[in-house]
Amino acid sequence: MKILVVTEHRQGKWNNASFETLAAAQQIAAVTSGAVSAAVLGRGVGAFADELAGKAVNEVLSGEHDLLADYTVDGYCVALKQVIEAAKPDLVLFPHTYQVRDFAPKLAAMLGKGMIGDCIGYRNEGGKLVFVRQMFQGKTVADVSFLGAGPWFASFQAGAFRADLVQAHASGKAPVKNVSVELKAEQIRTKPLDLFKEAKSAVDLTQAPLIVAIGRGIKAPENIPQAEAVAKAMGAEIAASRPICDEGWLPMERQIGSSGQTVAPKLYLALGISGAIQHVVGMKGARTIVAINKDQNAPIFEIADYGVVGDIFEIMPALTEELQKTKGA
Amino acid sequence: MKIIVCIKQVPAKDAPLTIAGNWIKESDIGFEMNEPDSFALEEALRLKEKHGGEVIALSMGPERVKQTIKEALAKGADRGIHIVDDNFFQLDPLGASKALSAAVKNENADLILTGLQSDDQGFGQTGVLMAAELDRPHATIIMAIEVDGAKLKLKRELEAGWFQHIECPLPAVLSIQSGINKVRYATLKGIMAAKKKEIATVTRESLGVASEPTQRVEKIYVPTKTKKTEFLTGTPKEMAAKLVEKLKFEARVI
Repeated sequence: MKILVVTEHRQGKWNNASFETLAAAQQIAAVTSGAVSAAVLGRGVGAFADELAGKAVNEVLSGEHDLLADYTVDGYCVALKQVIEAAKPDLVLFPHTYQVRDFAPKLAAMLGKGMIGDCIGYRNEGGKLVFVRQMFQGKTVADVSFLGAGPWFASFQAGAFRADLVQAHASGKAPVKNVSVELKAEQIRTKPLDLFKEAKSAVDLTQAPLIVAIGRGIKAPENIPQAEAVAKAMGAEIAASRPICDEGWLPMERQIGSSGQTVAPKLYLALGISGAIQHVVGMKGARTIVAINKDQNAPIFEIADYGVVGDIFEIMPALTEELQKTKGA
Repeated sequence: MKIIVCIKQVPAKDAPLTIAGNWIKESDIGFEMNEPDSFALEEALRLKEKHGGEVIALSMGPERVKQTIKEALAKGADRGIHIVDDNFFQLDPLGASKALSAAVKNENADLILTGLQSDDQGFGQTGVLMAAELDRPHATIIMAIEVDGAKLKLKRELEAGWFQHIECPLPAVLSIQSGINKVRYATLKGIMAAKKKEIATVTRESLGVASEPTQRVEKIYVPTKTKKTEFLTGTPKEMAAKLVEKLKFEARVI
């Protein structure tokens, strides 16, 4: 199977999920006796292409164009269609980033193909490749297979594969091939403007060794002090899943998940968090995960080391008291 | 401004799911408006309040979907379109988007809005694919919309706390990020007014969209645990004491 990995970068930096997907591609190639190539788009991306060439890939496809200096849906779709038509892969893999969600389904549709997005794994079932993705907010998973001829399009969720498992090139460097991209300014209908960050983060949750996080189960802002008491007794930072920050109950800078921060603390205590995919990708790297939730089927328990099925409003005060006892001792 | 909002009906958040083949048993559970789509609806209603025009709620699925369209009408949408399809859940993202596009093609709307993704299948592709099908520009994960004549100024969310402004000409398709606004509740007056609003019904077959499926869900199942979870039991006080002991002496993290 011929696999093409589409990599991603912004402002001169890799999106590291690119390498997770490259690792996935190398693993799929190993079980399907296939070959991997990697594509990079942009303007002045020679250094990126060179770095990819150091990995175990057959070739690197570099699509350079002035009009690709900034990401646009139209620019990327027009350019990648040409790269795919030149490389003729059977399978095109992407990291499931916000940018990929923005253009990849359209790119596939332009070639009359479909995309299986946000996969967490794959299986090779006697030569048939099956992709695994979550459904119903992580409560179930699905085996999904492609129908019809390739190229097939799929994306892998951040954290589904380990970037550090990417294999280096066995003998130096793979060749870098420049794909000439034909792209006209009038083909690009949207105009990208400034990139910016809102309110400087006063707190860097990525550096916090202990995190107490709250989710929808906290029910109302007036209940948050109970969770803050647990955090204080433990010496932990308080954080939250997206709905809590959307409601304005905690500032956005305390949000953990795909649209917030990604953390890997020593301890992550999840209070009333169901464990939707978007949250879990931001914290599953924690060394010890504790989940307290009233629903014993909540997906958060899939990844918890310790689980408590119960009412957080009964457990939070008891936990605060026990923590204070140990700290005092 | 004529705005179409795509709204999906999905199993209620706390519905107990029973797996049946490659879908779930629908008979015993409640359904509700897909939460991400409620943000798209709210944004459409706000745009209409500011710029005038019409909001059309578009949904596909079996008869029960009418209830969700009625909810949208009660909140302020002007009319509804229901694509009747009992086997909607078997469609792949491309097939669903082609049907939705075909149903609204002749409306020539200025704007088509979708939520970020559905809480059931979670494909997150509908808006992007409708834009491809209707050959319109699009943008996703939108956190603010400003109308400036024939173009939009949008705030897109990127990852890790970054945002970007982009300009997009009208007509366009936008996928709205959850949390962009505070969603309104239907008022009694709205519920009464909704009774007089029109819901046009078409069957998916009558749209004449031929689409070979590109993918198939073979089966769905409850995930196998990757970690062995130790569940603590007892009274809240006992569970709290056990947890602190485990964290201190077993995991050694506090």
